Amino acid sequence: MAHGPAKGIGRWVFTTNHKDIGTLYLWFSFAMFLLGGFFAMVIRAELFEPGMQIVKPEFFNQMTTMHGLVMVFGAIMPVFVGLANWMIPMMIGAPDMALPRMNNLSFWILPFAFLMLASTLFMEGGAPNFGWTFYAPLSTTYAPDSVNYFIFAIHIMGASSIMGSINIIATVLNLRAPGMTLMKMPMFVWTWLITAFLLVAVMPVLAGAVTMMLMDINFGTSFFNAAGGGDPVLFQHVFWFFGHPEVYIIILPAFGVISHIIPAFSRKPLFGYSSMVYATASIAFLSFIVWAHHMFLVGMPVGGELYFMYATMLIAVPTAAKVFNWATTMFRGSISFETPMLFAIAFVILFTIGGFTGLMLAIAPADVQYHDSYFVVAHFHYVMVAGALFSCSAAVYYWLPKWCGRMYNETMGKVQFWISFIGFNIAFFPQHFLGLAGMPRRYADYALQFSDWNMVSSIGAFIYGASQLLLLFNVIRTIKAGTPVSEPKTWEGAEGLEWTVATPAPYHTFSTPPEVK
Amino acid sequence: MSIKPTRLLLIKLLGGAVGMFLFALFVMPPLYDMFCEVTGIGGKTGGPYQVSEAGVDTSRTVKVQFVATNNAAMPWQFSPKVYEVKVHPGEPTEVAFFARNNTHRDMVAQAIPNVTPFNAAEFFHKTECFCFNQQPLKAGEEADLPLVFIVDRDLPKAVTTITLSYTLFDITSRADDSLAKAN
Amino acid sequence: MSRRARMLFALVLAPVMSMAFMGKALAEDAQRWAVNMPKGVTPVSNAIYDIHMVIFWICVVIGIGVFAVMFYSMFAHRKSKGAVAANFHENTTAEIVWTVIPALLLIVMAIPATSALLDVYDTAEADMDIKVTGYQWKWQYEYLGEDIAFMSELTTPEEEIYNTAPKSQYYLQEVSQALVLPAKTKVRFLITGKDVIHSWWVPELGVKKDAIPGLVNETWAYIDEPGIYRGECAELCGKGHAFMPIVINVLEKEEYNAWLNDKKAKVAAERELAKKTFTMDELMTQGEAAYSRSCASCHGGNGEGIPGVFPALKGSAIATGDVAGHLDIVINGKAGTAMQAFGGQLSEVDLAAIITYERNAWGNSTGDLVQPIDVLKFKQGQ
Repeated sequence: MAHGPAKGIGRWVFTTNHKDIGTLYLWFSFAMFLLGGFFAMVIRAELFEPGMQIVKPEFFNQMTTMHGLVMVFGAIMPVFVGLANWMIPMMIGAPDMALPRMNNLSFWILPFAFLMLASTLFMEGGAPNFGWTFYAPLSTTYAPDSVNYFIFAIHIMGASSIMGSINIIATVLNLRAPGMTLMKMPMFVWTWLITAFLLVAVMPVLAGAVTMMLMDINFGTSFFNAAGGGDPVLFQHVFWFFGHPEVYIIILPAFGVISHIIPAFSRKPLFGYSSMVYATASIAFLSFIVWAHHMFLVGMPVGGELYFMYATMLIAVPTAAKVFNWATTMFRGSISFETPMLFAIAFVILFTIGGFTGLMLAIAPADVQYHDSYFVVAHFHYVMVAGALFSCSAAVYYWLPKWCGRMYNETMGKVQFWISFIGFNIAFFPQHFLGLAGMPRRYADYALQFSDWNMVSSIGAFIYGASQLLLLFNVIRTIKAGTPVSEPKTWEGAEGLEWTVATPAPYHTFSTPPEVK
Repeated sequence: MSIKPTRLLLIKLLGGAVGMFLFALFVMPPLYDMFCEVTGIGGKTGGPYQVSEAGVDTSRTVKVQFVATNNAAMPWQFSPKVYEVKVHPGEPTEVAFFARNNTHRDMVAQAIPNVTPFNAAEFFHKTECFCFNQQPLKAGEEADLPLVFIVDRDLPKAVTTITLSYTLFDITSRADDSLAKAN
Repeated sequence: MSRRARMLFALVLAPVMSMAFMGKALAEDAQRWAVNMPKGVTPVSNAIYDIHMVIFWICVVIGIGVFAVMFYSMFAHRKSKGAVAANFHENTTAEIVWTVIPALLLIVMAIPATSALLDVYDTAEADMDIKVTGYQWKWQYEYLGEDIAFMSELTTPEEEIYNTAPKSQYYLQEVSQALVLPAKTKVRFLITGKDVIHSWWVPELGVKKDAIPGLVNETWAYIDEPGIYRGECAELCGKGHAFMPIVINVLEKEEYNAWLNDKKAKVAAERELAKKTFTMDELMTQGEAAYSRSCASCHGGNGEGIPGVFPALKGSAIATGDVAGHLDIVINGKAGTAMQAFGGQLSEVDLAAIITYERNAWGNSTGDLVQPIDVLKFKQGQ
């Protein structure tokens, strides 16, 4: 049964192998990342100076919308599914995912969905232009014709996520090697297990929201239309009931990655394993009951605002515990600074800054000034780019040798890190200032007092964009011509079952489960 | 065993996913409406009110203001005949809104009420309101639309001004549906 | 820097920077490079500023603490320095301490935050009410109980936006009519939306509230100092989201009362003006100005519209055909499209001028004159 991979394009279309499917997800998400990044470059080029130089406001709104949709649904979510596919079976000593054929389907519907979404740019009336949060009635009564394709794409992508999550839950609960109890599982597996439950719970709610939209637009219902007895605010409740857990869905696997890399390069076990598990579970639970902090200005009664403010502030407690645990893992370790570790340390610092601005945003009276301004844009780019995305860069450098049997060039890795780090901060730190000074988000043009920081931010964005092309270069160069490595435990401080198999990992691993003590 | 553990888990999780979808589609909207109705949050007022013999509280005066808004591309003239009245809680009061269809076509409108502050909404009762029904007006026709309301005696003492606002929507194209729910 | 590098700098970077700075030099110097929220001119804006700074400094202190520990480790516990890793990975006391202390800190933060929020919500006992309606893409202000209402639209010319004219000091922040308010008066704002969700934000007043169609929100401000305060729409509402600013002119109470009386007289005079007969030249001049303010953003300064999105008026059937049809669509709008009912937004004089202008500009040579009295009669169904 255990033979090598098939040949040709058929291999990739029909594969049920978790490593192949992981590779497909990783390349797909990288392509989406570059597409979403291109949209960002258009945005920052237009915002380089006041006035409309490059695009019209209508097209600018399509760029901001598509940038958000492609990055959230096409890049950052699939990349973590790719990492899950590659690593979870090996980490738990399983031969593959629990449902290998559903795994194949989960992947292959994604390129179809995003091809359809990208094609809306060329349709009459243009691509979706109502923001990635697509509030009604801008996204219903006032939407371009492409909105139906947008809804279809969201349904498909949602189905992919749900199937992928079911697969992960089934794999983790049923296929662990004997002896690997839940509290012996690696952190990446724990965080993905919890994330998968979140996904199964809330992705269908997003499907519900877009179905209600579809019905309002095409079948004369009035879920979100006050004329027929509905309410635009209902849309926001349903959307954010999905939307808040969604951002934790994005960050929890990132926490998992960091919890592998920091111990590895500190040569010291993760500090406080069980509290890390409990903290992750608390964050996941709390994420369900704080959604309306995205809606503080919609006209909520003061009691509701106070509740959501307090509940949101509470999330700082388990999150801070995790940060303290990472710092304590490093403390009195024996630390080396290879590229994965640089990204991981930058994650801890920059994600913490993003967490602080998140706490500031939770303060409802202050949110009167922050809401829908660039302060929010700065916050979520700190947690999603310097947070989730940096952890993916860390993961790629960390696990690439295991995937392809070649080591990346350490100098080039460090160069790519530093340019990323510097570019990112130049791009996004000034956006805090812009928001505080009064610049709203999703603005195609701005008054003159916002010119200076906008120019700085755009320059930083171009630098950051270039650094991601360098990442692509580094990855391809490594795969084609990197120094071969064959040590199973490629990194001195790395621990886990994945570091007991050969490097590169054979097509089939753990056909016989290992013994876990 | 008859069903493998993974197959059973798959069924449970798929069931959960479908359940959450149906929850979003069929439970969340009515739950939201019910919550708004019971608490008055969002300024939504209730349906026709049955008057009870609680009497009038003459020790208190509440200012009630009236505001009218036309939704996009709703071209009727629509305004309150009086901007504000001072009433006693428990005392039924009648006011009217003026509406005129200035166009050359017959149209149907729906008025959607909203009360602010929100904590007053559940204490503002309408015994007769043009917002309970669809409003047809022929081309050039005008009408005085009546409203009879009572401010509940239990209105929190801190509230001294209530603003009732109507948004007028053009529902000519959907007037045959029974979508205009009583509010 | 080498000679070649210096030349490269001069050739590339300097012209780019100076081009950019030309526009920016006109912005008020105090506002450039701003890094913080304004304290503002109301008790609420000050309360918000204060809580913002308290939370900010707490975060800075905690951040410095945590990062200091990390940087210390990165220095002192380096493998290259010979550090040998310890093996500890549990400490329940530490875990409890760094769970309880942050929780207590949050409670400390929540107290002033709660009091500030109750302030934001305290709309009772206001002295006057202003109704604010968000339109695509302008604001309408109505002085409730005073029979004064007007539109407030961006007046920055297209040439400045599309870079064929230099940008003025208040680029994208000037409007046809500012909202005029009295200082030291509790003003209540009733905020709603006409079409999609907008949001009314004036940072220096510490006010922001969503403008939602079908629902009226309320907020308030007590403005301590006279002055001009500018704000922005803060909820994506379509292509004009960045082009519908807010300008508030706050006057001392006596000046405000004088303005109010003057305005009421002007409103009455405008009604009288609607009975006057205008010449073609007068209508065309006023029409061109009103058109560029209220119609050009969709139908184009040249009447050519945006194909597939907003119809052209140049050579259109409506603008060259039956006058009644033209009056109907401008006054009553067109249901199911983005064409608004301007009858409720503009005066009879402006409407007459715009329709006359559209019928006689860009080669549409109908020769038709539409007088304000024609508009009034049409509105009254005659």
